[in-house]
Amino acid sequence: MKLKSFPKGGIHPPHRKNSMYSKDDLNATIPSIAIIPLSQHIGAPAKCVVKVGDIVKEEDLIGESVGFVSANIHTPIPGEVIEIKDVYLPSGRVSPAVVIETKGEFTRLGKPLEVSSWEGLDKSELVDIIKRQGIVGLGGATFPTHVKLTLPEGVELEHLIINAAECEPYLSSDHVLMLEYSKEITTGLKILKKILDPKNIYVGMEVNKKDAGELLTNTFKEESLDASVVLLKNKYPQGAEKNLVRAIIGKEIPSGKLPLSVGVINLNVSTVYAIYEAVCLNRPLVERFVTIAGGAVKKPGVYRVRVGSTAKSLIEECGGLIEEPSKVIFGGPMMGFTVFDLDVPITKGTSGILALTKKEVNAAKTTNCLKCGRCVDGCPMGLLPSKLYKLIDHNKYDEALDEGLNDCVECGSCAYNCPAHLFLVQQFRSGKSIVRRSKGAK
Amino acid sequence: MKDKLVITSSPQFHNGDSTLTVMWSVSLALIPALVWGVAMFGLSSLWIVLVSIVSATFAEFILNKIYNKSSLWDGSAFLTGLLIGLNMPPQMPGLAWIYVPLGASFFAIFIVKGAFGGLGNNWMNPALGGRVFVFFSWTKHMTVWEVPMLDGVTGATPLGAVKSGLLGYSGSANNPLSLLNEVRDNSISYFDLFLGKIGGSIGEVSALLLLVGAIYLIIKKIIRWEIFASYLLTFTVFIWIFDGTRFGNGLFTGDILFHLLSGGLILGVFFMATDMVTSPISAKGMIIYGIGCGFLTFLFRVYGANPEGVSLAIIVMNIIVPIINRYSKPRLFGHNKKELENE
Ligand code: SF4
Ligand code: SF4
Repeated sequence: MKLKSFPKGGIHPPHRKNSMYSKDDLNATIPSIAIIPLSQHIGAPAKCVVKVGDIVKEEDLIGESVGFVSANIHTPIPGEVIEIKDVYLPSGRVSPAVVIETKGEFTRLGKPLEVSSWEGLDKSELVDIIKRQGIVGLGGATFPTHVKLTLPEGVELEHLIINAAECEPYLSSDHVLMLEYSKEITTGLKILKKILDPKNIYVGMEVNKKDAGELLTNTFKEESLDASVVLLKNKYPQGAEKNLVRAIIGKEIPSGKLPLSVGVINLNVSTVYAIYEAVCLNRPLVERFVTIAGGAVKKPGVYRVRVGSTAKSLIEECGGLIEEPSKVIFGGPMMGFTVFDLDVPITKGTSGILALTKKEVNAAKTTNCLKCGRCVDGCPMGLLPSKLYKLIDHNKYDEALDEGLNDCVECGSCAYNCPAHLFLVQQFRSGKSIVRRSKGAK
Repeated sequence: MKDKLVITSSPQFHNGDSTLTVMWSVSLALIPALVWGVAMFGLSSLWIVLVSIVSATFAEFILNKIYNKSSLWDGSAFLTGLLIGLNMPPQMPGLAWIYVPLGASFFAIFIVKGAFGGLGNNWMNPALGGRVFVFFSWTKHMTVWEVPMLDGVTGATPLGAVKSGLLGYSGSANNPLSLLNEVRDNSISYFDLFLGKIGGSIGEVSALLLLVGAIYLIIKKIIRWEIFASYLLTFTVFIWIFDGTRFGNGLFTGDILFHLLSGGLILGVFFMATDMVTSPISAKGMIIYGIGCGFLTFLFRVYGANPEGVSLAIIVMNIIVPIINRYSKPRLFGHNKKELENE
């Protein structure tokens, strides 16, 4: 069988997807103190609706969505609000956070949940539930899902593409999810089908998850859902939205446009599962699958984790550290964020916690660009990263824009291979933000 | 813990290659050819290479002091010196074994590289620049090939002998090798050419050992197939088509093997043309560049005044790399007008 892929660029970092998981023991320990940031999504931070001393029940609303692009925040544990303070998010930004200490009874944890029927609900009711339960994109971008699901008037959806590529090294959360919850994902897709009425539904994943693909294909058949699994080459960044769409339907999303311009809506497979839980189990988004891995972790694993747990507690869950890590990363090694201590909380967008050793990181001194062209080979967007770097270095932002600066998806393929160890992505990010600011000023 | 964790922008890991590993790997890959050269031509050749390396490193040291940089041990100066040494004739009269390699190295590091801002900013391969500089300054020293250390090795390089042999030639030899064996005392075979039992620069003679080094670099993904493949292919095609005419055999009879194995072609193709800094940046550009190198090498060899041609061909192509880069950009994703209109 011929595997699909995007045509140009891409790299082959080592997979290192060696995290173990146990079917019977997927749940990570519930945190006794949960630190829940009010900004866990792109868009305006939620408005705090509790105050210190308040007693909350499990899954109660603690942050209310404000404005169109924003999302509700719920508490993963029952207890008392002991503090409201500013915390560092993995991205380095600061956000107010509600700190809750476990107290009282878990009303839902460990109890069989009633599956409610949704077939009778109409589109807008379903979207309302998804909005109420605070569902955001779980691939990392954390865009509020209800916004994505609201199609402009008169637009018919051609393809719903589910992103299960999970192309970042180390990460296997989506893989485990698909192996364990293929039925639930199928139901989630049915719900989405009702909301969006797409002509086709595709689930794209790298071929290293073939077993999950076969399982899903069978489940779709059993549940008579008309959707197909598309196997993709193992190549990074197969899961970047533009590449995924190109690989699956063969069309390029025009520069600066949304996937909808080629008739596509894109959702992560974990988001589909969250939609299932929201609609069928009446659960807000307070949990997600997280991969804890890296050479410094004793027993790398995949767990279902409550939002608000800290990196420290999860690493302990995995037997602790066997050596001093050089970096601790939230997300994957290609696009994730480093943090400077282990007390940073897991948010809705956290797909992995990686503690990498010095040897895994492979840092080296930066030198001048060697013009080797490896960055050009690696760039899936057809950019000339070495040239962009130089232009930004010389403050030639207009020229950089002409060369496609804003088309850079910050995937890091260029920098991964750069023998000069130039901080290419960092340069592009700062270039973009300078351009944005100067545009704003005009 | 806190002060030990590193905060960086993504990506958070790397494939592990660095400028250092690139430069030192290329140097390492050249060592077998150097050892062969010294074994063939004697210790005098080793001194020439050492002078080249030491003077290149010293020049880099001075540049480091001037620009307040620390590129001394990134391996690039060592590599330039080594390449210059390997491109020197194995013996030189009087004190030429000191000042010729020294002149080449200084020119390479100070002028070709340093004046443009150091490693990565030079537009010409420094070693080639240095070589051409001394070639024109001390042409006599640079074209002395009297080094009969082994049986079967005499006088000029095979290419040079063929070139001069062809002048006014009216014998019956119909290919370069038989012509060569007619004008010289000892006969050589293709196998001698392949092993390197011939005259030539210190490092260019053993095609075999150079290929061993090249394969190592290809496996390590340091030299690009786009360049050497298009270079070799173009060169062989043109030699095959046209070189036979010089021996009266007509078109499509050129002696490919002879040309591939002589005159530093292997050294040039795999170690000079593939220099990252002075070759194009996109794969498409590299192929265009390789084709240009191949064609020019053919042209200079067969119709030029000098028997060689590899160095000059690469330098000429180095000069037009910026133009190649401009016209061989990859297409930007999501910007293809035609494709977008068709939707
Ligand atoms: S990979 Fe690095 S050294 Fe090579 S051309 Fe790109 S920026 Fe320059
Ligand atoms: S980070 Fe940007 S420039 Fe680098 S490879 Fe990805 S898209 Fe290209």
